[in-house]
Amino acid sequence: MTKSMLTPGIAPGRLSPEDYAANFADLHAPLEPHEAAVAADRCYFCHDAPCITACPTSIDIPLFIRQIATGTPEAAAKTIFEQNILGGMCARVCPTETLCEEACVRETAEGKPVEIGRLQRYATDTLMAAGTHPFTRAAPTGRKVAVIGAGPAGLACAHRLALHGHDVTIFEARPKAGGLNEYGIAAYKTVGDFAQGELDWLMKIGGITLETGRALGRDLTLEALTSDYDAVFLGMGLGGVNALRAEGEARDGVSDAVDFISDLRQASDLSTLPVGRNVVVIGGGMTAIDAAVQSKLLGAENVTVLYRRSRAEMPASRYEQDLAASKGVRFVFNAMPVAVLGNGVATMLRAEYTSVADGRVTGTGETFDLPADQVLKAIGQTLTGAPDTIEISGGKIAVTGAGRTSVAGIWAGGDCASGGDDLTVTAVAEGRDAAEDIHAALTGA
Amino acid sequence: MADLSTDFLGIKSPNPFWLASAPPTDKEYNVVRAFRAGWGGVVWKTLGEDPHIVNVNGPRYGAVWGADRRLLGLNNIELITDRPLEVNLREIKQVKRDWPDRAMIVSLMVPCEEQAWKAILPLVEETGADGIELNFGCPHGMSERGMGSAVGQVPEYIEMVTRWCKQNTRMPVIVKLTPNITDIRKPARAAKAGGADAVSLINTINSITSVNLDSFSPEPSIDGKGSHGGYCGPAVKPIALSMVSEIARDAETAGLPISGIGGVTTWRDAAEFLALGAGTVQVCTAAMTYGFKIVDELKSGLSQYLDEKGMTLADLVGRAVPNVTDWQHLNLNYVAKARIDQDACIKCGRCYAACEDTSHQAISMSPDRTFEVIDAECVACNLCVNVCPVEGCITMEPLAAGTVDQRTGRVVEADYANWTTHPNNPAAVKAAE
Repeated sequence: MTKSMLTPGIAPGRLSPEDYAANFADLHAPLEPHEAAVAADRCYFCHDAPCITACPTSIDIPLFIRQIATGTPEAAAKTIFEQNILGGMCARVCPTETLCEEACVRETAEGKPVEIGRLQRYATDTLMAAGTHPFTRAAPTGRKVAVIGAGPAGLACAHRLALHGHDVTIFEARPKAGGLNEYGIAAYKTVGDFAQGELDWLMKIGGITLETGRALGRDLTLEALTSDYDAVFLGMGLGGVNALRAEGEARDGVSDAVDFISDLRQASDLSTLPVGRNVVVIGGGMTAIDAAVQSKLLGAENVTVLYRRSRAEMPASRYEQDLAASKGVRFVFNAMPVAVLGNGVATMLRAEYTSVADGRVTGTGETFDLPADQVLKAIGQTLTGAPDTIEISGGKIAVTGAGRTSVAGIWAGGDCASGGDDLTVTAVAEGRDAAEDIHAALTGA
Repeated sequence: MADLSTDFLGIKSPNPFWLASAPPTDKEYNVVRAFRAGWGGVVWKTLGEDPHIVNVNGPRYGAVWGADRRLLGLNNIELITDRPLEVNLREIKQVKRDWPDRAMIVSLMVPCEEQAWKAILPLVEETGADGIELNFGCPHGMSERGMGSAVGQVPEYIEMVTRWCKQNTRMPVIVKLTPNITDIRKPARAAKAGGADAVSLINTINSITSVNLDSFSPEPSIDGKGSHGGYCGPAVKPIALSMVSEIARDAETAGLPISGIGGVTTWRDAAEFLALGAGTVQVCTAAMTYGFKIVDELKSGLSQYLDEKGMTLADLVGRAVPNVTDWQHLNLNYVAKARIDQDACIKCGRCYAACEDTSHQAISMSPDRTFEVIDAECVACNLCVNVCPVEGCITMEPLAAGTVDQRTGRVVEADYANWTTHPNNPAAVKAAE
């Protein structure tokens, strides 16, 4: 019998092949050259531009937009890549509405910022489509650096180190490199296997060896690394997930949103992916949004995001909330899960309304039930596998300055390190800056 | 609705918007479409002697674009009509008969020989046309053959040919001037001396719109080569306005009727030409860009403006001419300062960059991006106003008499004083002791 959105329980193949294709197509179509010219013309080329300040990687945005406007998107791309080697991915996944585009003076003037993200994609796509790499590696220094984790922080760090002539080995626990770019970001934001394409392009700098399936603590020890390498950069991200701490959490149908997203990203055929008829996502960050939207796009009939605080406090931006709402996702604010009900498999989620006083969330005692045959937990990730010898602060590796840990010769950046938002672009900035600091330390520059 | 009907040299038209002698007025089909659309008159594309000229068989136009490919400037290397004289004359006669209330001017260009003009004038007169316009302006092609701007650049020739025409026709004679000269007053005076009833200006400006950086050919390119063309469109309006004003305020030509031409795109452009002394305006590039329908906006806009001002069209013509003066007569006691409306400011910092890098360091920038004018440095140059993307955000505020200009430390005087009496002027006229 053909399955549909109304098929009970968790089931694959709820949609037609055409619907899957349409649902997971590019969220924003790339700009055509004339569109890019028109969009670029809106930039005022501000003095000491607020958008640059708002960008964690400090890309010279007015300059690259002017380079697009004057018909040299390749030069624009180089301006971007000099600051952010993952500028192609960031153009797709950055919450620009809370970064550069929020700071754009045209947002102030007319509530319609220059489309910086799309312009960045136009420039980086143009250069990457040519297949060339815009940077040349410096003469080998003979120095060796180990990078743990091939996510945005690790890749940015490795590229910058390789650029300076150091030999870099990246150890990645998972089968593929890319980190959240490969396993964690919504599919419709990075179509066409972009993460792997970008990785291949980045590796063209040379001097980087990638070893996948090698995890720190499992296959590698910090002691061995520090003796074999001149410096170590830790960029392993956050491997653990927080527990729901709700009754019935072990019932079938309850799973981690990050795994759901990862499975989706790795699926070669979306119609094989099971999704609930009634999905409830617990959490308020980008993982929650991505899981909710993609559940809906996979054919779930009802998708609800349950967040224990108010809309204004939600970490996911209003833009992302609206995007989810436009796909049919329902938001319930100020409510938290109490129990997953069902006979072995989840059928219902019991939730309790909350009130927030002095920043603390407490239940009001009033409960309600939501049909739920799939519950996706997106209530934050945690650091796992950090070496015991390194100081941890607030659940993350403590760093000072450009990612220096408590142990000399070891740097850290990205989501696993303290400081900065857990964003791709922030991870890139941290990896890049740590690389410059490592370079300075190794060469006495 | 204000009355837009116009009487120019006794030639009546329902509005002052004429189509200039150019491709839009090359033949009956186009002109009839223009009249249906509501244009007040046309200057028929320039007639010449048979055998008719030929045009290039490649691109005739080059362009300069602004944002979103908005056409800012156009140039052309098209010559005068490339149709037989008899065909044009027949069509002119038919159109004038069918549209008697519209102005029908015929542009002419024949060699600088009296016989050539004597021969063509009666033929035109026979069509019933309202007047002729002598094309002394085209800067490309025909000028190489001693016509067009080659005539317009020699005042003696202008006077001579104008006189021949006045002596050989009853039709009003409009002399169309080229801007490719150093002082527009000279050819205008020559036209008047020759008996011209009016001048029209400007014709197009010598130009190369761009160079192809792959083929290294100027644009428009004909088989890899380019020839300078005539530039027109919105980009040339300021040049045209200045030239019109010079003729309007010159003692020798003041009062000589003018048909204003050069980048008229909107009713506002037209009103500016009228205010500087033009009795009619001629349009080409705007029609070639957007089609004839723009005349609806030209008419409604000018009419609304006149109504709002409580003026007639005649009131507007020449209204700004008394305010065009020489630099030496500008009031040096007028002191202004830039003022930034902080509520309107969007903090782009362009005023700061412009002033700091290229002007007088008269705008300060705070860490929170508040931009303020430093009166002690501000010379009121207006650059900040011009680069500010927010209209009305930065304005120039005159200092009241009696206040102190922080830049000079001097009290602003109420009296008018100009360069002619300024102490720094070696030629200053000393006031009587």
